Amino acid sequence: MNIPKITYRDALRQALIEEMRQDPTVFLLGEDIGRYWNGAFKVTAGLAEEFGEDRVRDTPISESAIIGAAVGAAITGMRPIAEIMFGDLTALAMDQIANQAAKIHYMFGGQAKVPLVIRTPFGGGVNIAAHHSQSLEAWFMHVPGLHVALPSTPYDAKGLLKTAIRSDNPVVFCEHKLLYSLEGLVPEEDYTIPFGVAEVKREGSDVTIVATMFMVNKSLQAAEILEKDGISVEVVDPRTLVPLDKTTIIDSVKKTGHLVIVSEDCKTGGVTAEIAAIIAEEAIDYLDAPIKRVAKPDTPIPFSPPLEKEIIPDKERIVDAVKQIRKRGS
Amino acid sequence: MDLSKEKKIAMYQDMLKIRLFEEKVFELYGQNIVPGTIHLYAGEEAVAVGVCTNLRKEDYIVSTHRGHGHCIAKGARLDKTMAEILGKKTGYCKGKGGSMHIADFSIGMLGATAVVGAGIPIATGAGLSIKLRGTDQVAACFFGDGASNQGTFHEGVNMAAIWKLPVLFICENNLYAMGTHQRRVMLVKHVMERAVAYGIPGVCVDGNNVLEVYEATLEACKRARNGDGPTLIECKTYRRKGHSRWDPATYRPKGEVDEWLNKDPIQRMKKHLIVDGVFSESKLIEIEEEVMNSIEEAVKFALDSPFPQPEEALEDVYA
Ligand SMILES: Cc1ncc(C[n+]2csc(CCOP(=O)(O)OP(=O)(O)O)c2C)c(N)n1
Ligand SMILES: [Mg+2]
Repeated sequence: MNIPKITYRDALRQALIEEMRQDPTVFLLGEDIGRYWNGAFKVTAGLAEEFGEDRVRDTPISESAIIGAAVGAAITGMRPIAEIMFGDLTALAMDQIANQAAKIHYMFGGQAKVPLVIRTPFGGGVNIAAHHSQSLEAWFMHVPGLHVALPSTPYDAKGLLKTAIRSDNPVVFCEHKLLYSLEGLVPEEDYTIPFGVAEVKREGSDVTIVATMFMVNKSLQAAEILEKDGISVEVVDPRTLVPLDKTTIIDSVKKTGHLVIVSEDCKTGGVTAEIAAIIAEEAIDYLDAPIKRVAKPDTPIPFSPPLEKEIIPDKERIVDAVKQIRKRGS
Repeated sequence: MDLSKEKKIAMYQDMLKIRLFEEKVFELYGQNIVPGTIHLYAGEEAVAVGVCTNLRKEDYIVSTHRGHGHCIAKGARLDKTMAEILGKKTGYCKGKGGSMHIADFSIGMLGATAVVGAGIPIATGAGLSIKLRGTDQVAACFFGDGASNQGTFHEGVNMAAIWKLPVLFICENNLYAMGTHQRRVMLVKHVMERAVAYGIPGVCVDGNNVLEVYEATLEACKRARNGDGPTLIECKTYRRKGHSRWDPATYRPKGEVDEWLNKDPIQRMKKHLIVDGVFSESKLIEIEEEVMNSIEEAVKFALDSPFPQPEEALEDVYA
């Protein structure tokens, strides 16, 4: 059978359409997601036309109430999917996400479930400065009760989003601005990808790179370059940060003895810090060299192109990091 | 209204400056010289100019993602504003802010925030500081119709009201927040009606008439400087173009667009000045040339300026 090649954006839309068709409790809410704008990144194009404005709701600019209303609907029988137009703006809804959505199941002794998905785009690279470019996925890792998914390919985007929608837990579903137009093979039929299952995006034997979202692409490019230098790189994409598939990462480290972790968020207290800590705690004996992290320096995101380029990790920096630890221990 | 001839000329000139500046930004964007995105103020000039004509240098303003006009009206330099928009080292924020985050603290322009509604409590805080320091400054806060649906609006305006802070809340109601018409996200007809909920005066003016905006602000400034607290001023206006550079704004019906374009604030002021005998046509042409030259110089300055060095990205994180 011919598997169609579609964009990450279209893959997300397919997941939304399939789930909305088969479950009338699934509905969308967010700013400008309806027929007048189709979502800031056009993920929801055509959905208001198919499902009506009751189920594809344009909201006022009220992030806190968007998530709060989604929580209220989720604990009373609906399965809301809230879109926050830019990941940076989840900050406005942080109480509803971290203190309400995340804690309701636990705090009320398991009486209520919060089947809520929060879709939001992260990432820099398009020169829209400090309020529209951050990668804040680590914030949500720090809050027990939330799941965090972050697909890097169209295939993963569809499969993970369907799992998120069917989940009875609140899921922060991280998308990336530079991935929306990326194409990949996506089956038209129903499939899901379980949370907590990493994927080896490229096999290799000398160095393990663990990378997320857009950094998976850059790591794969770095791996191509390194192969020419005779270094065989394995690229592991966790696909969900919570739950995190430690086993796949540790198995890869056992094989290669070298670990580079790549993420676009800030280095301090970030995704790379958590993964490095896990490996230091549970698999340090398998390492032949110190762990190397390639992350964004601890600064806000600057506007000017040469400044932004300087701080967002790129393939050259990944190549350097791999070469450095290969020198240290082999 | 006892507006001097000079003041009227200055207001006309400032509006024109903003319009022609924005047209230049639009043109440069089309040539791929402006990075990122832009939200133009064209069409809304009478609001910033009508408000800022009442402000002194030491008064404050707080701005938004659609902020170029606020900067210029408060007296920011065109060259450093343009340089910031182009991401140059010589820009107001050394290229770190860009179009959505221009600030000039030397003239009380406390910065543009791109988080819709975030400026409202910040203006309240500037008002609090004025009160604590015991000066007679005021803080004017610009925000959109869309922003008035944020929780920050409720919290910020209420707090300014209870503490009688010298703040002017200026709602630039251009009918839309991106593609969302006001009527789809609020049941009141005027944002101004919400003032009742906070026990403060609310006024609604034709935001495309600079003299009306001026007059309403004059009153609000008097109240604020007198210690009588904040005023909510809603200015009905319209953006000439889409929300941002690539938005064709097809969600706006043609009749509505035409109606508003006919109410152009600059053309109206021009007519007023000629009818009033303040100006001859030839004097107006002279002003236009002068403004155009200043913009050309600003563009040249910005284009000739260097980009920041990459390592500057790491500077300024802490004071
Ligand atoms: C908190 C927040 N939510 C959403 C956005 C995305 N956004 C940018 S401008 C805008 C519309 C703002 O409308 P309004 O306040 O009316 O100002 P206007 O653009 O019309 O001047 C939106 C939704 C944002 N920047 N910040
Ligand atoms: Mg508006």
